[in-house]
Amino acid sequence: MSELKKTPLYELHLELGAKMVEFTGYSMPVQYSLGVIKEHNHTRQKAGLFDVSHMGQAWLIGESQSKVANQLEKLLPAEIEGLASGKQQYSQLLNENGGVLDDLIVTKPAEERYNDRLYMVVNAGCKDADYALMGEKLNGVKILRLEDRAQIALQGPKAVDCLAKIVSGVENMKFMTFKCFSYNEHELLISRSGYTGEDGYEISIPENIAIEFTKKLLEMEDVEPIGLGARDSLRLEAGLCLYGNDLNETISPIDAGLLWSIGKRRRTEGGFTGSKTILKQIKSGVNKKRVGLNIEGKMPCRAGTEIFVGDKKVGIITSGGFGPTVNRPVAMAYIDKEFSAIDTDVVLKVRNKEIIAKICKMPFSKKTYVR
Amino acid sequence: MTKKYTKEHEWIELKGDVATVGITNYAQEQIGDVVFVELPEIGDSFSAGDNACVIESVKAASDIYAPISGEIIEVNEELEVNSALVNEDAEGNAWIFKMKISDESELNDKLDEEAYKAIL
Repeated sequence: MSELKKTPLYELHLELGAKMVEFTGYSMPVQYSLGVIKEHNHTRQKAGLFDVSHMGQAWLIGESQSKVANQLEKLLPAEIEGLASGKQQYSQLLNENGGVLDDLIVTKPAEERYNDRLYMVVNAGCKDADYALMGEKLNGVKILRLEDRAQIALQGPKAVDCLAKIVSGVENMKFMTFKCFSYNEHELLISRSGYTGEDGYEISIPENIAIEFTKKLLEMEDVEPIGLGARDSLRLEAGLCLYGNDLNETISPIDAGLLWSIGKRRRTEGGFTGSKTILKQIKSGVNKKRVGLNIEGKMPCRAGTEIFVGDKKVGIITSGGFGPTVNRPVAMAYIDKEFSAIDTDVVLKVRNKEIIAKICKMPFSKKTYVR
Repeated sequence: MTKKYTKEHEWIELKGDVATVGITNYAQEQIGDVVFVELPEIGDSFSAGDNACVIESVKAASDIYAPISGEIIEVNEELEVNSALVNEDAEGNAWIFKMKISDESELNDKLDEEAYKAIL
């Protein structure tokens, strides 16, 4: 265990009695004393606090925001140049075949002092490869990784009230916007975003005040610390992809139903890695589709479970578990297009049992973003 | 009545030739919130070490092994409707199955309470 990396909040996790596990090379809290189900429900009902410091934050710095955006569009299919000031965009790094190397959030800060840069957050497990690739491919762009910053997410209906108590002004932000705030003369980078399907914020904090700031939030009655276990069940109920499960190098954003994240201009112009495949897929369609499954009974069906119609294998579950809010099993799957219509009956083979399910829409639980 | 433990974190309580089996309190803490228990069927026969049933938490499935050879004669159906009982009372009301054992000597290499506590 000694070689595991620690986030700036590591000592706080121990103090809070977290059960620590290895995740992408870090020692991370999988749950605290409440346990996964109560942590999940608390986040949906009040406010959950997550340590997401393991994720890869960076500034991409160049001559101007538009020059950095122009370079970044070589690797991402999203509209970056036209992204409004102070806004964020979800996108994917693609390989030559249009497969997803990682999914990420890119932000265009509105602050004058940052008019030469974009802010980016990528997945922990991919961050070294992502930034190495960007370093190699982006001309005139300096990548400044923010390894001296922690990041927390505060998610749930009470997140706004709780955060506004110590950082005034966050209550006026809209979903997927970004703003810099000063806290005791330290700079916080705050976005109204997250990965639970709830309203909430992601907050980048200088590591030297990370514990103090996080404790301020945890002292509030409505805030509880939440581990990776509930983070996974929350995002799955919200129908959000987990990189490594629901997205990987063999899956394109079109397969994954992420066309909405590809800029309109870019769908015709192309000009990004993998665009040849992606543009063709947009035009002529793909042969698999990401769907949800309504599963009969109470048995959770996990990633790797094969899906059948009659004797024909038609798909596979990529994320599956139990959804505490909906109080039943939830699963996300890729399925052959001809069997992907809503309400199609399918059979899941789990161990020696056959479980009946229907193709359904996602999310399983309603999103409550403040737009 | 003797209560023994396995290294796989199960407990076995023997009364005559009937062994009641469950998971230990330590095991339920490790597994976390239990959301489903897939019970064996009455009449199933297992050798010691066979996969007998599965306990599912929010995140993962854990295999439960038959700690001793025998035939399933009763299962705890309460767990089908209230799987959280495993977290509340793992070494009591949340017993999982009872089996008629074929060879009592298989219990000899199981751990007593003190030896079990020593491996935690």
